[in-house]
Amino acid sequence: MIGLRFMRLGVITLAIGLFFGVIGGFQFLFPDFLRELLFTKTRAIHVSMVVSWIFLIAIGGIYYYLPSQLDKKLYSNKLADWHYWLFLITGILVLVSYLSGKFGGREYFAFPPILSIPIFLSWIFFGYNFFRTMSQETESWPVYYWQWATGIIFFFLTYTEAHLYLIPYFRENMVREIIVQWKSYGALTGSWNMLVYGTGLFIATRISGNDNVAKTKMAFALYFLGLFNLIFGWAHHTYLVPSETWIRTFAYFVSMTELYIFGKIIWDWRGSLQQWQINKHDTAYRFLFAADIWVFLNLGLALIISVPYFNLYTHGTHTIVAHAMGSTIGINTMILLSSLFYLINEAKVSQLDITETKKVINGFWITNISLAVFLIALICAGLGKGIFYTDMPFQAMMFNIRPFLVTFTLAGVALMLGLWVVLWQAFNKLGILNGSIDVSKQDEMRVNKQPT
Amino acid sequence: MISYFFYSIYIFASGTDSLPGMIAHSDESRHGQELFQEYHCIACHQFYGLGGHMGPELTNAMSYRGGNVGEIIARQFLANGGNGMPNLNLTETEISALIAYLKFVDKTGTYPPKNYKVKWGMIYQEDDPEWASGEKL
Repeated sequence: MIGLRFMRLGVITLAIGLFFGVIGGFQFLFPDFLRELLFTKTRAIHVSMVVSWIFLIAIGGIYYYLPSQLDKKLYSNKLADWHYWLFLITGILVLVSYLSGKFGGREYFAFPPILSIPIFLSWIFFGYNFFRTMSQETESWPVYYWQWATGIIFFFLTYTEAHLYLIPYFRENMVREIIVQWKSYGALTGSWNMLVYGTGLFIATRISGNDNVAKTKMAFALYFLGLFNLIFGWAHHTYLVPSETWIRTFAYFVSMTELYIFGKIIWDWRGSLQQWQINKHDTAYRFLFAADIWVFLNLGLALIISVPYFNLYTHGTHTIVAHAMGSTIGINTMILLSSLFYLINEAKVSQLDITETKKVINGFWITNISLAVFLIALICAGLGKGIFYTDMPFQAMMFNIRPFLVTFTLAGVALMLGLWVVLWQAFNKLGILNGSIDVSKQDEMRVNKQPT
Repeated sequence: MISYFFYSIYIFASGTDSLPGMIAHSDESRHGQELFQEYHCIACHQFYGLGGHMGPELTNAMSYRGGNVGEIIARQFLANGGNGMPNLNLTETEISALIAYLKFVDKTGTYPPKNYKVKWGMIYQEDDPEWASGEKL
């Protein structure tokens, strides 16, 4: 199935992204480390690979769950196939552009803007396929359908918005140029959060066997707050850029409430689970529960850095990186891993045995413990930068925070190893699952070809 | 979607035109902006605290030491690298273009803000449009 191919590719991109993240960490400590591969390249590869991971697993999940779990025949398998190949080929071109030093010079999407054209095209394929598939639905949508639909539409809108800098009216004014970039990226993050949170809620309903979780008033309140967050919640990026004050004030209020409600839904759902349900989907449950914990921890950090006075000292420091990493690894990655292990354990052919489960659990603990150390080190480094950089040269400040950067890099190595253990199991199992589906399809074809 | 469109237009158009002290792009600073993007300098450096953390914040790199000290230091780093900065083998023309771009950025505002007021938990900076327009804060 096409969804499984997306997910296997996603697992590979995360494994590579982690590797380049670790190289970048060592370059942070020793600028001459792998001098041929400049930090500008390793950082770009790291960021693009981990962003691809989020998209590939979320998209793959939607392609997989619609026909297999939600009884929706995919409108066009061929279109999904084109989507996959376009994604893969564009991804390879992006890597080639980075390695050859050809940049567009933007955050997140640092590749030359010409490569955005196939990304737009692939997104049109995905959106058209999704909405045509969903047109079969006659009943009212549970909230995860709305989240997926919103994520698809708003990615398209915000990704378009991110390219406004190509127009001189935006590029010629520095403040406007910065606001275009960081407003669109903030909203774009909201669009992929919609896809991921939708997946999280879908998994929650499947594990509990109660689809009403996704139809409650609270779930829809989350959805609307998520939408508000997507539209208004970007402003913390440009808090200290000269701009209208009311926009950023409103943005923080919105983003705080969204995280709280998301955590509350999963928390409530957890309490309603029966013991046998937890056991059946033990691995998926673990990752979803870990995501819940990280939501609350990240909320705490977000609340602190949202106080304008504290923001003066944390903006532009590693504390903000901690917030970003807490969201992408602690929340998004845990939800996406939950999605992977849900579908792996759902099919008999790919279920984890006791030894494999133990390996995943070990990886789970290594990942989460090292992530905690990683984030604490980043927060400390950020506080150090906020305090020292006001009256100290840059190099002196970096020397003072070096112990935290060493801790951050070592924790990054452990984080990579922990996730590699988990990803290796997922990659193998997805392969087995994919193979079993291919075999059953061949059997089906053989049956069809038999003379009547 | 429609509300998002109008909201975005408002954000991009309001309060970004009339900031005090801003200067217009020259051909040289425009070239510098292109070079800054081509070399992906934002991976290590920041404007207004946004970007990478490997190198120093550059918003006011040209002015914060006073005189032309900032320009002399920047020229040295651009020409030879050092302290983690790679030698990018830039030509004199490219170095001058990047300096012109940094001067252009420098005039857009102050980061981190030096003069600001705290009111109802929000920070009002001297670079904010409200401050510039003389509204009561």
